[in-house]
Amino acid sequence: MPNVMIRVKDDGGLLFYIAKKDQEEEIASVERDSDAEWGGEIELTDGSRYYIDPISPKPAFPTTLRFKRA
Amino acid sequence: MSMTREATEALIQEVLEVYPESAKKDRAKHLAVNDQTVEQSKKCITSNRKSLPGVMTIRGCAYAGSKGVVWGPIKDMVHVSHGPVGCGQYSRAGRRNYYVGTTGINTFGTMNFTSDFQEKDIVFGGDKKLAKIVTEIEALFPLSKGITVQSECPIGLIGDDIEAVSKKSAKEIGKPVVPVRCEGFRGVSQSLGHHIANDAIRDWVLGNRDKDSSFAATPYDVTIIGDYNIGGDAWASRTLIEDMGLRVIAQWSGDGTLAEIENTPKAKLNLIHCYRSMNYISRHMEEKYGIPWLEYNFFGPTKIAESLRRIAGFFDETIQANAERVIEKYQAGYEAVIAKYRPRLQGKRVMLYVGGLRPRHVIGAYEDLGMEVVGTGYEFGHNDDYDRTIKEMGESTLIYDDVTGYEFEEFVKRVKPDLIGSGIKEKYIFQKMGIPFRQMHSWDYSGPYHGYDGFAIFARDMDMTLNNPCWRNVQAPWLKGREAAESAAAGN
Repeated sequence: MPNVMIRVKDDGGLLFYIAKKDQEEEIASVERDSDAEWGGEIELTDGSRYYIDPISPKPAFPTTLRFKRA
Repeated sequence: MSMTREATEALIQEVLEVYPESAKKDRAKHLAVNDQTVEQSKKCITSNRKSLPGVMTIRGCAYAGSKGVVWGPIKDMVHVSHGPVGCGQYSRAGRRNYYVGTTGINTFGTMNFTSDFQEKDIVFGGDKKLAKIVTEIEALFPLSKGITVQSECPIGLIGDDIEAVSKKSAKEIGKPVVPVRCEGFRGVSQSLGHHIANDAIRDWVLGNRDKDSSFAATPYDVTIIGDYNIGGDAWASRTLIEDMGLRVIAQWSGDGTLAEIENTPKAKLNLIHCYRSMNYISRHMEEKYGIPWLEYNFFGPTKIAESLRRIAGFFDETIQANAERVIEKYQAGYEAVIAKYRPRLQGKRVMLYVGGLRPRHVIGAYEDLGMEVVGTGYEFGHNDDYDRTIKEMGESTLIYDDVTGYEFEEFVKRVKPDLIGSGIKEKYIFQKMGIPFRQMHSWDYSGPYHGYDGFAIFARDMDMTLNNPCWRNVQAPWLKGREAAESAAAGN
């Protein structure tokens, strides 16, 4: 269950940063992404997948969230 | 002449040939041929892994990353090397982080403070000694603004509670006492030391003035983060930013003070030069205080102009116009530098092996002088560093992570660069091989290299080294004759 910091990239994409592993990856897709809620299964550009219970309303980035490995 | 992809790949295979099977497998992951189409470096290169036992590596330790890099340059704090005397003494003042102040009175940068652990401290614990040291420092150096405790290996091994001592002592002297758990055995290189030091700043210093509004902020406040003022680098950068009409409220950490660090959360934009050592704290400030951060590069006029424009992009039109004015102001100066040195350096090939930001940041400066970087590598970079490097480096150039002494020598023998930029441990090996060499950690006791002013010094230094007549005389005269005769014989 890594703590992940999510921040907005210059081009609007979301970066998924695991501080503990010092690993930075872009988010490819988010299962539920609307103003009302955000979360579910998340896929990164390198193909790895993480899960977070949908948060509502959508959090303001940058923020630190706790993910599960999916 | 640049090498083809196949030739470079063959070279890597050839160099790996001498290793035993398992070592070969491991080292192969750290060597790569640059392919600019790759988006994610981890597909072609592995980094931030433990060095193999038995190979020569030039990495440092977590203590080096914290005391030597991040905390050490903060000039008005006393940094106690907590543990045996050697770690602090042998690294004392080696990094040339310049600062203004009277050493021993209000600044302490080049001094060595240590708790000088003896056998009894290891056996009975050093907490009492530490508390005594803090009191003593306060008595001897009353103008110090705070104290940091930089742990050396034994502290972690014997389990001293430096946090408890720090808290108690801080109350006693009424100044911050910051425990830093940067024992040398942590992590694989100095990189984790940077992270630990950043976390210590976050936990013990950064929020100190959150409720204090006495600092008058302006909409043009920026900070310089990750510039260690080596040979005066931060000063050369600072003048450019101030010329633009921005106000630099903190320097992290070259020529920096504790107050500047505490006031950093009041900035509007964090400018980060050394991404590797200070991205952690920038990310934290973005999340907690909503301060955006921007990586910039002040090596060479092309990159400086690019960076100045990007920085100005965060502000209003006045600042943007100012940025153009600054670039114009220095234009005649840097064009003269290029006109003078480019003809002398055109087409020369450089191999780099340094740490932090330089393996990618200085490429632009070399290119401005018409030179080509044919190989580069990080001592302690991570994947995100290589992500940024791939785009900067030319196609089919060599990239090596945590290169071993043997590999580096073999690469140099085959690639035959005209200049090598690395550290003191490599310097004399390559000079004896007859290859011009510059130290790119300490700018070979020169500098600054940042900014337009620094670029002039950079160009002069590269010319001075490369075109030095001594290189013609490195080979013994009797060997010279023999080589000529041999080639003549081969010709027949």
